[in-house]
Amino acid sequence: MSTVNVNEIKIDPSKFAFVNEADKLHDKKFEDKPIGYFKDAWIRFRKSRASVVALIIILSIVAFAFVAPLCVRSHDQAFMVPTYAKNSPRIVALKNLGLKTGFTSRDFSDRSLMKALAVGVGAEEYKGQDVSFADAMDSEYMPILEITNVTTSIGADKKETHSYTADIETYLEVGFLYKSIEQHELESILAWEQETGKKVLYPLVENNEYNMDPTDANCWYKSDAKGNPLKEKGDKVTKIKEYDESLVLADNYKRDKDGNPIYYEYTGGGSVDTAQYKIRVLYINYYEYLYGAEPNYIFGTDAQGRDLMLRLAGGIRLSLLIAVCVSVVNFIIGAFYGSTEGYYGGAVDLVMERISDILSNMPFVVVATLFQIHLAKKVGPIPSLLFAYFTTGWIGTAYRVRTQFYRFKNQEYVMAARTLGAKDKRIIWKHIFPNSLGTIITSAALTIPGVINSESMLSYLGIVKLGSSSGTSLGTLLSDAAAIWTNYPHLLFFPAITLSLLMICFNLFGNGLRDAFNPALRGVEE
Amino acid sequence: MRMFKYVLKRIALMFFVLFVITTIAFVLIRILPRDLPLEASQKEAILARWEALGYNEPLLIQYGIYWKNIITKWDFGTSWQIAYRKPAWDLLVSRLTPTVLINVYSLLFSIPLGLALGVFAAIKKNKWQDNVISTLVIVFISVPSYVYAFLVQYIFFFKLGWLPLQLYSLADAGNTYFSWKMFHSMIGPVLAMSFGEIAGLCRFSRAELTETLTSDYMLLARTKGLTRAQATARHAFKNAMVPVLPSIIGSFVSIMGGSMIIEKIFSVPGVGPLYLTAIGTLDYDVFMLDSLFYTFIGLIGGIIIDLSYGFIDPRIRMGEK
Repeated sequence: MSTVNVNEIKIDPSKFAFVNEADKLHDKKFEDKPIGYFKDAWIRFRKSRASVVALIIILSIVAFAFVAPLCVRSHDQAFMVPTYAKNSPRIVALKNLGLKTGFTSRDFSDRSLMKALAVGVGAEEYKGQDVSFADAMDSEYMPILEITNVTTSIGADKKETHSYTADIETYLEVGFLYKSIEQHELESILAWEQETGKKVLYPLVENNEYNMDPTDANCWYKSDAKGNPLKEKGDKVTKIKEYDESLVLADNYKRDKDGNPIYYEYTGGGSVDTAQYKIRVLYINYYEYLYGAEPNYIFGTDAQGRDLMLRLAGGIRLSLLIAVCVSVVNFIIGAFYGSTEGYYGGAVDLVMERISDILSNMPFVVVATLFQIHLAKKVGPIPSLLFAYFTTGWIGTAYRVRTQFYRFKNQEYVMAARTLGAKDKRIIWKHIFPNSLGTIITSAALTIPGVINSESMLSYLGIVKLGSSSGTSLGTLLSDAAAIWTNYPHLLFFPAITLSLLMICFNLFGNGLRDAFNPALRGVEE
Repeated sequence: MRMFKYVLKRIALMFFVLFVITTIAFVLIRILPRDLPLEASQKEAILARWEALGYNEPLLIQYGIYWKNIITKWDFGTSWQIAYRKPAWDLLVSRLTPTVLINVYSLLFSIPLGLALGVFAAIKKNKWQDNVISTLVIVFISVPSYVYAFLVQYIFFFKLGWLPLQLYSLADAGNTYFSWKMFHSMIGPVLAMSFGEIAGLCRFSRAELTETLTSDYMLLARTKGLTRAQATARHAFKNAMVPVLPSIIGSFVSIMGGSMIIEKIFSVPGVGPLYLTAIGTLDYDVFMLDSLFYTFIGLIGGIIIDLSYGFIDPRIRMGEK
């Protein structure tokens, strides 16, 4: 048997040729785009309809918070008209459509009903035309929009008494007011009246025995001391005690010698610049003269007469800002703390766990209180609230990261990285951390509703006192409304609805994120 | 034996944590400036009391005195503002009854309802009943409890007039918290508190039961010939309750903490408002005791939940790695 020694075979190198020299060998280009970690999560997230809807609602609430101030041109968040405090929503667009807006339903007696109606009559009748209640119902300045119910009851003295339920527009109810103004303002009002054709100035009222309350500009008609309107027939004066829509009120205007009503009265001041005049204005037109627009408060006004919608928008902005800020900082602290604990384990873990044990067992309300008491005067209530959150809020995140690190740190790919000489830092941040990213993002998203909730609770309880200077949060709006909401439900309704919606949607959104990042956990609660 | 050791370890750890938190809270509260009444004679009397109580000593000595008084006399300091010279402990104890009562009512109301709804939803899994319940649960869990409080007040006081707006005062209700009239006025806060708890319990028990319903031993039970109802009642239900029961036990412990905000809205004279007034009037000894109280409740609740797992289901050995 002869064997051929391989080494002895000599082949001429030129005989060699690549098999596929002619055609180029490339990997086939992917027809689809590659799907990364986040894209994958997004695809899964999209499938959960509830979460997508929740996300859309959250985005629209955020959009509202930023867009609302831009849409209202006539005033801003700090704009305050005490005369119009606690009024219900009034939407000019609805009014132009002929719908009722800015009203509340209220009960009236004969006398108070006539007083409210008199505002509308007074706005129409200033020259002495006889305007009855029924005529004035069509006036745009008539506060009583509709009498919805009349009940008659017979009292103990066998007398019939009526009580009325009516829708009253609170912005018009203010009616007339006395104002003291200077010469130039008077001139500009007169010019404005000329220009727009709207009437601001109304005749002054005689201060005599027929004027029930000389400080109340709405008492323009003759009445007795109790407020019952009077009717003059020849020399006889009778009291009107029952409302009747055909009634005509007798005016009590101040008149000059010729019998023309007086619109302004000189009250003092020397020169032309400083001369003071007393006038009687129809407030809704005076408002328009002052601020250039009809009162348009889509969510009504708050207890001080600020626009509730703008305050709500500001409240959402502040609450979200606090929540996002807390969520980001806790994300960072929690990630560092948890990864250190989880990666090194042993004694480091034990010590760090005890620290977070102590912190997590401090009731948050106590922590927040202590921070407020110690720091609020020095750095303001919001920073001290943030510090309180930073003290204990990251523990949940840290705990989750730690668990993830325990799960991944002994896996093969980590060992491989370590064998190849990767440093701890690289292993932590490049290898293990990205794997726990989904969990952390989820927990950061779920932090937001928690923070919004506890923030509003703390401001409601008065532990965090956000002054007017430091801004409005959703909780401030709630606590402002707390004492008076029973009479003015809109004060509580809008913030409470917004808050509830935000909470529901953030929770749904967080659950959707969790399912998307961690499909294995789908359906498992908490 | 291992169990015993674990319990001891947990309790020792609890006291350690409690001690550290006490120290932190003590230092932070004692360094605050104190308010004095304006009236001169009262002012002098208080200053003399404070001198005698060692409030002017260095902080460390004050801290020693604080612990000495607690250990020897069970004295947690004195209330100077809320109830002049009444021991803080007595003040706290007197506020416990309404808080505990309302929470007990709320639990008695919400546990059966929550469990029943959860079980029902789990049995009807993925049918419309389950979908309705699960949707409602998400809504009810997310909405903050004070919104319910306002809703309850609005519906039951303003619209229907069935319930009073707030809790009756003790004098109105016949000087006892156990009168019928008092109970009537407590329905409001109880309802407001229960919505969230019912939803939470329902979600929890539904999740646990659906998991056990799909496990292998259920299949085995069915193959042995048990009906679906039998298998659910005898096998699935018991196993599903293992994690649910401890959480119920835990909530019984935390009833003493109560809900600050609900108590404030319904003006319940409980522990929560005491805490708030203590902050408002800077009554530091009461504030300190209240803080300790809340911490303690939280800690003990955690331990009891942990330990009850082991008692309810001996298969779970606490303290094992």
